[in-house]
Amino acid sequence: MAIAIFLAFVGLVLGLSFYLGAKTKSASGYFAAGGQIHWAVNGVAFAGDYLSAASFLGICGMIATAGYDGFLYSIGYLAGWIVALFVVAEPMKRLGKYTFTDALDAKFNSRGIKLFAAISTLVVSVFYLIPQMVGAGVLVEPLLGIPHSWGVIMVGAIVITIVATAGMTSTTYVQFIKGGMLVVFSLIVTAAVLYRGLSTQPDQGGRVPFYEYRTLGAIEAKGQLFTEDKAYSVAGSQSVKGETYVKLEKDGVATWWLRSDKDGKVYLKETQYEAKKADGSSVVNGLPASKDNVLRQNGGLESIKGKSGPEADTGPVGPFEFLSILGDPETRVNTWKIVKFSDGDDKVVVYAPSVKPGNRIMRPGLKFKVEGTPLQKLDFVSLMLALFLGTAALPHILIRYYTVPSPACARKSTIVAIAAIGFFYVLTMYMGLGAVVNAVLNPVTDNMSAPLLARSFGTFLFAIISAIAFATVLGTVSGLIIAASGAVAHDLMDRYLQVGFNEKQKVRAGKIAAFVVGIIAIILGIIFKGMNVSFLVGLAFAVAASANLPSIIMILFWKRTTAKGIAASIVTGMVSAVGIIMFSPSMYDKFGLDPATAPFPLDNPGIVSIPLSFIVLVLVSLMTQKKEQAPVQAQA
Amino acid sequence: MLHEPAAECGPDASAEYKQRIGVWMFLFYAAIYAAFVAINLLRPLWMEKEIMFGLNLAVVYGFGLIGLALVMALIYNTMCGTHEADNKPAGEGK
Repeated sequence: MAIAIFLAFVGLVLGLSFYLGAKTKSASGYFAAGGQIHWAVNGVAFAGDYLSAASFLGICGMIATAGYDGFLYSIGYLAGWIVALFVVAEPMKRLGKYTFTDALDAKFNSRGIKLFAAISTLVVSVFYLIPQMVGAGVLVEPLLGIPHSWGVIMVGAIVITIVATAGMTSTTYVQFIKGGMLVVFSLIVTAAVLYRGLSTQPDQGGRVPFYEYRTLGAIEAKGQLFTEDKAYSVAGSQSVKGETYVKLEKDGVATWWLRSDKDGKVYLKETQYEAKKADGSSVVNGLPASKDNVLRQNGGLESIKGKSGPEADTGPVGPFEFLSILGDPETRVNTWKIVKFSDGDDKVVVYAPSVKPGNRIMRPGLKFKVEGTPLQKLDFVSLMLALFLGTAALPHILIRYYTVPSPACARKSTIVAIAAIGFFYVLTMYMGLGAVVNAVLNPVTDNMSAPLLARSFGTFLFAIISAIAFATVLGTVSGLIIAASGAVAHDLMDRYLQVGFNEKQKVRAGKIAAFVVGIIAIILGIIFKGMNVSFLVGLAFAVAASANLPSIIMILFWKRTTAKGIAASIVTGMVSAVGIIMFSPSMYDKFGLDPATAPFPLDNPGIVSIPLSFIVLVLVSLMTQKKEQAPVQAQA
Repeated sequence: MLHEPAAECGPDASAEYKQRIGVWMFLFYAAIYAAFVAINLLRPLWMEKEIMFGLNLAVVYGFGLIGLALVMALIYNTMCGTHEADNKPAGEGK
């Protein structure tokens, strides 16, 4: 049934695209939906565009694994709309035609701005596309039982079809439907979480038996370790980052246990693990990996306000009570840490238990070390800055200002977007925490937390949520590819190279560009498999905020801004942000290098690249005042 | 070659007013957002303190930032709409 519902939804989306595509003939229709979308529809479509895989899959996943730190993304993403509404919305609408390059270039008619703003649009769009494609692969893998890479290819193919057939009109209505459904069904999942309540023995409504991880007593004598349970024998141990992992064997099955010493006694806590053998085969928890032998779902509560067992069950709880219980220091949440080491020829990955008190889960600090070193604190500030300033600089968001008839409609649609997006972000807190308390988490990737939570309430909800999540990816990727194709066909080819397209040729060039960008997105989506999609989107925000926002702000508020200043600012912001990301600890880790050796110690570049871009714009503008004519007035 | 917007926009007598109040409202919100970041960095344990309905400061402040954005957006829209209605070009009526 799940697959049938899923396919029906995708079919509906494609059908709508073909229907609307048949009506789209002009460049204005393809790139800006003719500028005739109603502001309320556009506002919900904004939400559809914005609530991408990062919001639905990534934020819920990060809240599930890192608690409140994941919610920081919700706060930052929503706050960014304030910049969009108060500063950018109406001026962008007045100045532009199809793309944000139009708006930047409206005063100057500069080839440099056309070139660099178009490249910036492409770079930001591609950065934003990566997490969407990663999310698509993650989503399709368990639903249709196909490998991650095929999931990515499938999404790429569908989106290219959508974009190549219809353009902005179909994308808008797909986003409208999807945005509305996403909010409604997220509310349903949240209500279900609250109705089920909290338990220290979650069994997913009776669907999956509760698994209690065991703890064994052990004795150390003459440097050797022995378990009190004689059925087990110690077969080895590994020390990693100050902790000891002990390999036990029972009936020929090897398992890894985390050692802890307390009051002179030794305890071994059961973990999960998977090992890659030299011959390429895999072992999960001591047995060959198979469809039936996979890692167990993680999470759950060890205690609820100090109680455990059946008497700790709360029954239905209210929305405030739910958060209050989870924030209690006596509530203990099961999380896990991932440890990698070699055991002979085997490459072992252990998922070891790590229990956290509720008060630590419900405030920042688990992922972003707000109590850490000055550099770690700076990284946190850098992230929050990029999230705040990134929204108003995202090309696929900015182009939506050209789909409505007037600046007032641009403003109103932004407010509708804030209402829908803000409400959804409040729900992410409940869905993310709901995933962890119901112990539905996939220990390998946190991106599937929300759909897996939905599955704990039955196949129907799982299918609907998965289909919406898939449509989320489809819609956002469609918007991004249209933004990218507009940058190529309209900004680069038509306006920078002055190829002299007529309307039909411009649309065709846009479709070809959409195809090429779609292929690039597919390749990158396969390469970046496994990274949290919200983290990746955070990087896209940083690139957008660095490359685009300084120009947008300064062109609106500083009369001495020059074309060369804008061009230099875009290049500086883009190169510095992308460069810093490439040399960051996270990327070093991703590419198998030691993160400690990364030349740039922060993961988030915004704190450096955004001010740098502003400074370069001011300096170059001041230096080129005499060489340029006073800026002409904007047409509109 | 300059170019025209996708949909024609007439002159907007309220543009300067809207920009001015937009900037002030942006600065107000940015200050509250910055205070949230600063508390997390300088006094992270404050975020654990219970404020109301059993909720800690982190949750109240986080939800508050989201709610405040919507409230300010509605106020902004009302102010802009009122000014636009009062300053429509002659002939369009009020």
